[in-house]
Amino acid sequence: MRVYLDNNATTIVDPFVYTEMIPYFCEMYGNPNSLHEFGSETHPALRCAMDRLYAGIGANDNDDIVVTSCATESINWVIKGVYFDHIFNGDKNHIVTSEVEHPAVIQACRFLESLGVKVTYLPVNNDGVIELDTLEESITQDTALVSIMWANNETGMIFPIEEIGKICKKHHVLFHTDATQAIGKVPVDVIKAGADYLSFSAHKFHGPKGVGGLYIKEGKVISSLLSGGEQMDGLRSGTLNVPGIVGMGKAMELAVENLDFEKNSVMRLRDKLEDELLKIPDTFVVGTKKQRTPNTILISIKGIEGEAMLWDLNKAGIAASTGSACASEALESNPVMEAIGAEADLAHTALRLSLSRFTTEEEIDYTIDIINKAVKRLRAISSTFSYAPDWHESKL
Amino acid sequence: MGKNSLIGGSIWEEYSQKVQDLMNNPQNMGEITEEQAKEMGTKLIVADFGAESCGDAVRLYWAVDPETDIIKEAKFKSFGCGTAIASSDTMAELCKGKTVDEAVKITNIDVEKAMRDNPETPAVPPQKMHCSVMAYDVIKEAAASYKGVDSASFEDQIIVCECARVSLGTIKEVIKLNDLKTVEQITDYTKAGAFCKSCIKPGGHEEREYYLVDILKETREEMEHDKLTALADAKTSEGEEFGFEDLTMVQKLKKVESVIDENIREMLMMDGGNLEIVDIRDTDDGYTDIYIRYLGACSGCASSSTGTLYAIEAVLREKLSDKIRVLPI
Repeated sequence: MRVYLDNNATTIVDPFVYTEMIPYFCEMYGNPNSLHEFGSETHPALRCAMDRLYAGIGANDNDDIVVTSCATESINWVIKGVYFDHIFNGDKNHIVTSEVEHPAVIQACRFLESLGVKVTYLPVNNDGVIELDTLEESITQDTALVSIMWANNETGMIFPIEEIGKICKKHHVLFHTDATQAIGKVPVDVIKAGADYLSFSAHKFHGPKGVGGLYIKEGKVISSLLSGGEQMDGLRSGTLNVPGIVGMGKAMELAVENLDFEKNSVMRLRDKLEDELLKIPDTFVVGTKKQRTPNTILISIKGIEGEAMLWDLNKAGIAASTGSACASEALESNPVMEAIGAEADLAHTALRLSLSRFTTEEEIDYTIDIINKAVKRLRAISSTFSYAPDWHESKL
Repeated sequence: MGKNSLIGGSIWEEYSQKVQDLMNNPQNMGEITEEQAKEMGTKLIVADFGAESCGDAVRLYWAVDPETDIIKEAKFKSFGCGTAIASSDTMAELCKGKTVDEAVKITNIDVEKAMRDNPETPAVPPQKMHCSVMAYDVIKEAAASYKGVDSASFEDQIIVCECARVSLGTIKEVIKLNDLKTVEQITDYTKAGAFCKSCIKPGGHEEREYYLVDILKETREEMEHDKLTALADAKTSEGEEFGFEDLTMVQKLKKVESVIDENIREMLMMDGGNLEIVDIRDTDDGYTDIYIRYLGACSGCASSSTGTLYAIEAVLREKLSDKIRVLPI
């Protein structure tokens, strides 16, 4: 049996999405910016896709949703665009973000720091969420942008986006939210959120890889990251990824349609898995069920290193994820785990299980069984489950 | 960098079959109890080592024959990733049948080599080499416990890169011999820094006492200093080639002293006299003024301010530079 429980990394393309994309590879392959029929015959599907995207996040027609290659591009565009337009000219010199953002945000900010920009990385509490007071205190006259994620990729924790939007509005600061992990899991409404910019990526909600979007509120257009032709109204040059856009549009429509299913059925399976795993002694989950996206569990299983657990799960055909340094190409532990710091060993023992609307009850039952077996085997090997020397930092 | 490193996520694909088998089925996992050790007529040794940066911890059990120092049985327990488990298991296997002194000589490199499927292909990807270091460290702890000594006493050199076991001495020597200018070159020559990369610069996987960037900088500075010294020595011995004017004051003084010693002092001493150099100064008009004081018979001698003085000046001008003036005080 093969079970995919790594949906926060990427998702299966919904077969309905795939079907809609097919004609735009070998039949209608024209360049949409060409005047001839080969180009123009792609327009109805593209317009339909744009309608679905606008409806999906509640954007106004005068706002822009610019199609990009991924959320990483969208995020880099916002952060560097704000630098070009509001910091480089000397108006402002400060950006506020959090310690648990996706690397796209963190690294883009680090890059700006190398250019002299001040960046505040807000700490998070034991649930992995920022405190609103701390955010408000961090904003100064010099602040150009606040960039806070809608939901966290590792923990699934949902941030108080509407309150954050209000604080930004009150202080006249631009607000960007990375909604990559939110779309398709919780309702996303850019107007309610008070967001000036919002990033997302199709492959996280059963669309294809290599296509994403950036919402830009009316009047908040920023300098382009990609200069070139007049595609996307000159905001983002590069020949349109027609099948990708068509796929993303359909995926967005389905994501919104399935929000109730997500909230009920996916969450029920997630809760079942979580409750069963928490029956194993010495385990804990970050954040309460209600505070999280309905599909995510970040669990720490004492005495079991994350990569070793992934190995056992993979042998049984189950895909999951860990923040453990041992599973990283660069041997770096996941900064999200370190920022949460709820328990010292989270950075080594964290196991992330993320479901989707394609996850079945049978798969969850199988996973519960396999994890229990893996825990038994690995705890028998472990030197720290029943014992750790006093001096050992893990305090296991 | 390049074609093979652009697509990530290949760590597991680089594990040898042996590593994978040991991860799935470690052979020496478990404990040795006091009773079991007694039954074998052996002394039980239990040692712990924890690699804080990894969150890893390993516990090693030895049953050692007190007569022969031979490790009759070895077992381990480990909190760590798959390769840490496989490395610990292999380490325990390698200990068996060896004396404690022999076991201390087992390095993490031996552990890694023992896990290879074929001699040419590494058993683990570079960053996972670090896991085998813990296996090496716990052996030292066990041996220290058996012998009642400090585990540091088993290491007689400073190891900069634990993964590749490269010492500070080796790294400095390689930089000097091959005139290395970058950390990448050090890695190419010694393999230091090729694995977990902690030793390259601060901020890596693990905090280190020595970093390649610092060693390179310091060694380059030492080399620069050595070069200057060598240059100065060359100037002192072959001053003419460099031109007297280019020398430092100290070098000029040495030159003048040696010319006086070789050509003048003997003459003066034959007459019961001598001289000493009191000062040497460069003047604004491009001359070097040498202030001398006559000693013994020379002081008060009439020619000391005429003939003898001109002779001294002439010799120095001939041997060293036209721009020398000798001034008696």
